[in-house]
Amino acid sequence: MASPSTTADLVAPQPRPDSDNYLTHEKGFLSWALTLDHKRIGVMYLASVLCAFALGGTFALILRTELLTPGKTIIEHDTYNQMFTLHGAVMVFLVIIPGIPAALGNIALPLQLGAKDVAFPRLNLASYYLWLLGAACMLTSLIMNAADTGWTFYAPYSTTTQTAVAPAAMGAFILGFSSIFTGLNFIVTIHKLRPPGMGWFRLPLFVWALYSTALIQVLATPVIGITLLMLIVERLLHIGIFDPSLGGDPVLFQHFFWFYSHPAVYIMVVPGFGVIGDIIPVFSRKRIFGYKFIAVSSLAIAFLGFLVWGHHMFVAGQSLLAGSIFSAITFLIAIPTAIKVFNWITTMYKGSIHLDTPMLYALAFLWVFTIGGLTGVFLAVMSVDVHLHDTYFVVAHFHYVMMGGAITALLGGIHYWWPKAFGRMYNEKVGRFGAVVVFVGLNVTFFPQFILGSRGMPRRYYNYLPEFQPLHQLSTLGAYVLGLGFLMTAVSLIRSLMKKPDAPANPWGSRTLEWTISSPPPYYNFKTPPLVTRGPYDDYEGLVYDEKIHGYVEKGA
Amino acid sequence: MTTPLLLLQQPAENLPKFPESPTLWMPLDASVTAHDIDWLYMFMVWGSVIFCVAIFAAMVYFVKTYKAKSRAANEIAEPSSEHNTTLEIAWSIVPLLICIALFVWGFQGFVSLRTPPKGSLEIQATGQKWKWLFDYPHGTEDALHVPVNRPVRVVIHSVDVLHSLYLPNFRVKMDAVPGRYTDLWFQATQVGDFPIFCAEYCGTSHSDMLAHVIVHPPGDYEKWLAEQKRKMEDIPLPELGKLLYTKQGCSTCHTIDGSKLIGPTWKGAFGRTEHFTDGTSAAVDENYIRQSIMDPQAKIVDTFPPSMPTYQGKLSDRQLSGIIEYIKSLK
Repeated sequence: MASPSTTADLVAPQPRPDSDNYLTHEKGFLSWALTLDHKRIGVMYLASVLCAFALGGTFALILRTELLTPGKTIIEHDTYNQMFTLHGAVMVFLVIIPGIPAALGNIALPLQLGAKDVAFPRLNLASYYLWLLGAACMLTSLIMNAADTGWTFYAPYSTTTQTAVAPAAMGAFILGFSSIFTGLNFIVTIHKLRPPGMGWFRLPLFVWALYSTALIQVLATPVIGITLLMLIVERLLHIGIFDPSLGGDPVLFQHFFWFYSHPAVYIMVVPGFGVIGDIIPVFSRKRIFGYKFIAVSSLAIAFLGFLVWGHHMFVAGQSLLAGSIFSAITFLIAIPTAIKVFNWITTMYKGSIHLDTPMLYALAFLWVFTIGGLTGVFLAVMSVDVHLHDTYFVVAHFHYVMMGGAITALLGGIHYWWPKAFGRMYNEKVGRFGAVVVFVGLNVTFFPQFILGSRGMPRRYYNYLPEFQPLHQLSTLGAYVLGLGFLMTAVSLIRSLMKKPDAPANPWGSRTLEWTISSPPPYYNFKTPPLVTRGPYDDYEGLVYDEKIHGYVEKGA
Repeated sequence: MTTPLLLLQQPAENLPKFPESPTLWMPLDASVTAHDIDWLYMFMVWGSVIFCVAIFAAMVYFVKTYKAKSRAANEIAEPSSEHNTTLEIAWSIVPLLICIALFVWGFQGFVSLRTPPKGSLEIQATGQKWKWLFDYPHGTEDALHVPVNRPVRVVIHSVDVLHSLYLPNFRVKMDAVPGRYTDLWFQATQVGDFPIFCAEYCGTSHSDMLAHVIVHPPGDYEKWLAEQKRKMEDIPLPELGKLLYTKQGCSTCHTIDGSKLIGPTWKGAFGRTEHFTDGTSAAVDENYIRQSIMDPQAKIVDTFPPSMPTYQGKLSDRQLSGIIEYIKSLK
């Protein structure tokens, strides 16, 4: 080999991709159900999260269809209210929070660290089963008499409604523990299982992002757990905590709820930053610009994210002083976020850009997330927020961040790591087309909602004034396009599992460690911990493309 | 398409309607504070447009200029700096300065929104499932009547769950919280009829919890008050009941045509034998109706949810009698 200091030559001779790997190492249902292998747990998470995404997406399409006309279109008032509640709860708690960390993170994180597994494999499996249990609780609520409180569970509506709030809240409570377990596991893994030579500033940005996320998961999630438990106690035992008719305080609930749920926004989107930070340099064949700024800005966002929850409550009866402090700190978050976007864009400067599917999703992310981020600034301005609060403007803003940020990054990450995880290449043409359709659908769905909101259309409305109808119909049209894009992508990905070509070890020419082992990875990942002698985005020149295997190999190998 | 199904409780002609707005982005501004807020909003819109165009142009330009031919060509990125402290500090400081300016601007606007001028006209607003009620000397109204060019402070509370009083044309909004008072103020600059929404989700008919703001021309507000006062004292009981049926929010849950909503219909209610959730049954008489209004949870007709708020202290004896007589008249 040309350079003895690279990592690849320290790995034992690679087995043929289709002989022994983690997918074929053991067979049978129990070998999956009781597996402690991080890759298998990641794959189970991925499949489960995508099923939940399909369910939440179906709810969304029904809601958008209902909104085609101002009066009743297909469902009743109460059904509509139950459906937007479950759409929100499923998407937040079952899809976006575990999406990138638990699914992609589980697959890629130990590989990127050159480790055999996460620090606590049993805890990892426990986290997955808690996810299943939490999902079962949510479904129980759906079957009994679905909760109709909105995913925010605001008291005293949530403590007095007749619907099955307790199972849904219980589900969110259990999912919180699932999230804490994953976070705890990742923190310890990143601290203790890094290979020789991998200092903190040689971590891939995906690892930095997961680390920041894990800190929030561990520190913030207990608060929502306790809050939801208090809510359940109040419902069942009528102890006055939040309901004023029992002597409680409903604004207290909002403080507790957002103390978790605002940091949770960063649990949802920061891992996406990590995915984008990994994709852009690889597909630009160039080192990332401003590595340290990007890495540290994730931590800054995680830290500041804890101090801004009150910006959800400017019109909830909070004091002027408290509101001002929350508003000021909220603006500070715009800075590290803007820095990230600038750095990603600059990375492409003088690069050698390949527009494969993961890169298209990364570009879509930059576009959509910029809009999502900038409209967040509108909502941080207190006087303007008074008008925009609880309107479609807010709905559009957080869908630009959640769908446009978290889900676009998740899709980019899925396509990026798909060859590694499953050893198969997906159909590149369908992949790219899907990315374009998703991008168009996203903008057509959510952009009109900004205008709806600033014109005064409140959120969570089953009926609406007739003058809002054209924009609602445009939004619904976009939702159908979006649904089509997802469906097409899903079919293409599933088909790729059943047919050739097999993926090479390193199809994109990445420099992070997971691409130095075969696709799919061997059961034990690395025979010996690799020695790391360079940063995660260094020396793309040392790789050459081999047309025979459709992948990159070390120069001179 | 405005379907006949549109808004179950509210007849279409009673729906509030926005006056024509001169801009795409915002409804017509009709209060003294709205202008500043719109200015700030449009400033951010155009700032965002400039920012987005710059970002997207850079993105498109880089992709076009530096697009690789094929992987087989093994092109290598041109050498360029991977770190530039001056540039990075510059693009941290500039957004920070813009953000500080926006914060100060928004803070000033918010302070004036939170500070009603001395001598404002005060009106109590009550949020309940699913109706806004506004208190006037003669009784409650289902529309907010205010004089033009005079500051009005609305003191808000809720009798059940959270609601939020939202007046888009005046750019004001404030949550109605059970167990405490909140307030907002505005000074209307235009005469007219403007919509009110409930902006905090409150259950089944949240999206039907609409109302009107009626801004009276100078002098007209006092005339309107006097006229309402006379009306309440003079009209016959059944007609008073009919008036209260809409103004007190009864129509949100009770129909007068025999169809079923959240509560039992009033048509043929008087004298009907009802079965209650506690297993008892009785014929509806004057005392049952009175009890149901003052203490609604005492006897709930079977299969209906216990969602009615109490009207204790909100209705005079004459008004109660009016409602009873009105129900009697609905055969």
